[in-house]
Amino acid sequence: MIAMNYRGPFRVRVDRNKPDPEILHPYDAMVRVTRSCICGSDLHLYHGLVPDTRVGMTFGHEFTGVVEEVGTGVEKLKPGDQVLVPFNIACGSCAFCQQELYGNCHESNSQATAVGGIFGYSHTAGGYDGGQAEYVRVPYADVGPMKIPEGMDIEDAVLLTDVTPTGYQAAEMGGIKRGDTVVVFGAGPIGLMAARCSWLFGAGRVIIIDHLEYRLDFARRFAKCEAYNFRSMDDPVVFLKKTTDGFGADVCIDAVGCEAEGSTMQTLTGRKLLLQAGSATALQWAINSVKKGGIVSIVGVYGPTWNLVPIGNVLNKGITIRANQASVKRLLPKLVDHVMAGRLKPSEMITHRLPLEEVAEAYHMFSTKLDNCIKPVLIPNAA
Amino acid sequence: MKDMEPTVKITGLDRRIAEAEKDIPGWGIDADPENEPTYPMKRYTGADHERLNYERAPQQRTDVEVLHSIERPGVTRVFGVSAPPSGLSGMLRRYAFRFSEGSSAHWMTLILADRVNVVEGVLDDLRHGHIPNIFAEKGWKAEWRYNRSGAIRKALITVAVASAAVYLLTRSRRVGRIEGVH
Repeated sequence: MIAMNYRGPFRVRVDRNKPDPEILHPYDAMVRVTRSCICGSDLHLYHGLVPDTRVGMTFGHEFTGVVEEVGTGVEKLKPGDQVLVPFNIACGSCAFCQQELYGNCHESNSQATAVGGIFGYSHTAGGYDGGQAEYVRVPYADVGPMKIPEGMDIEDAVLLTDVTPTGYQAAEMGGIKRGDTVVVFGAGPIGLMAARCSWLFGAGRVIIIDHLEYRLDFARRFAKCEAYNFRSMDDPVVFLKKTTDGFGADVCIDAVGCEAEGSTMQTLTGRKLLLQAGSATALQWAINSVKKGGIVSIVGVYGPTWNLVPIGNVLNKGITIRANQASVKRLLPKLVDHVMAGRLKPSEMITHRLPLEEVAEAYHMFSTKLDNCIKPVLIPNAA
Repeated sequence: MKDMEPTVKITGLDRRIAEAEKDIPGWGIDADPENEPTYPMKRYTGADHERLNYERAPQQRTDVEVLHSIERPGVTRVFGVSAPPSGLSGMLRRYAFRFSEGSSAHWMTLILADRVNVVEGVLDDLRHGHIPNIFAEKGWKAEWRYNRSGAIRKALITVAVASAAVYLLTRSRRVGRIEGVH
């Protein structure tokens, strides 16, 4: 089959002879991929920032497809079903899955206890090949995959596998109260969705901070929020304090993670010298910009080692920090409802549709923000 | 030295409630079921206290080498089989997995293994008669398509820097040879 093949930092290629995946467990399904996105967090892998990212692996944790084959223990799916597949690989029965923490499954990732299994996201997340391929093995097929509801646009469906639930959960974890001021750091797909979803929780004011003008323009349209460029400010923390009467935001959301711009010290130590698990600039700003007793919600991805953040301010300001990988399965019923009712239209953020064969160009374009790229989608020939 | 093993292992409730109620004055008196800051992310059921006593899926057959964190007893019921450890990078990865996830030795060794693995990937390509097309793998066609002037500028700068480096190197060798003659 044709599949994306990681060769090293900033190098991927199309492998035309990758063996088709096999059913390796009674609860497996084999899915023919119909759409597969490149996620902002795939860029952390692409840039070589996630430990145990092995040459030869296929990335991709946002995909839809058609079930081709199922294992002997699969009861809810059958060949021909069109499914959207959450990025979490979850057993559905461990103590964490039982409590709907599907992103923290205890039976899907041998290599690390700190994160559940994720498709195509290094061996630190379980060593599963991902969906930037013609076919993909889907473990625990009765738990994660959801049949795509009739009438749903496939491009909305594929964005329900990660972007939409992650953005929604970012807002949900913020515990937003009616009238709250919510600041979202990062106008990438997750930040855009977090800003958009903040309104669903009754926010009174939503502000998004980034440094790319085309993304800020997009944010104003897509998320109907205020959008500011931190390159135009002396200090974004002071700016945010001034715009909230010196109080600070009620809720701050870090939707950037380990590749944040804006601080020379963080960039040098986190991204160039790898002395910390990426640059924690957005998180630093979030902690310092939120009000006393406020809430910081983290969905930006960081590596597993350590980061320089002002933890003393967390204590002294009485900040509550809430963070997790999105629990896609838990959120899907609500989000499907929002999409079908027209309250959310995730596919509006797709800017580029490319054949799977152009995966190297797609990664380069997304990584270097060419052609005002917001969200690229790969389409396999067999789709 | 052998690792110290925990002397107390409780697999059910962390504290035997009946005993605690008897032994500790005021035990549980301020418990507030509403104080559940993880909701709605987590729908607390108390399953945590049951630890590993849940219905587990059948074990996937282990046909390839799968490393597992020393913070857990073994491999998970299901696991990925992509790119098993091999070669020098594989040796480094095996070494890394002797340390816990809280250890820098674990993660830094894995990052080192990743970089070694890149070199192994190139050598493997060459061994199979495939010369990696770095230009294509880096997706520079997109740069040409969407940022042509920038691509030309980058190419010119690269050529200029490379030419200057070659000139300086050859010049210093020439100077060295001339000085050697004198």
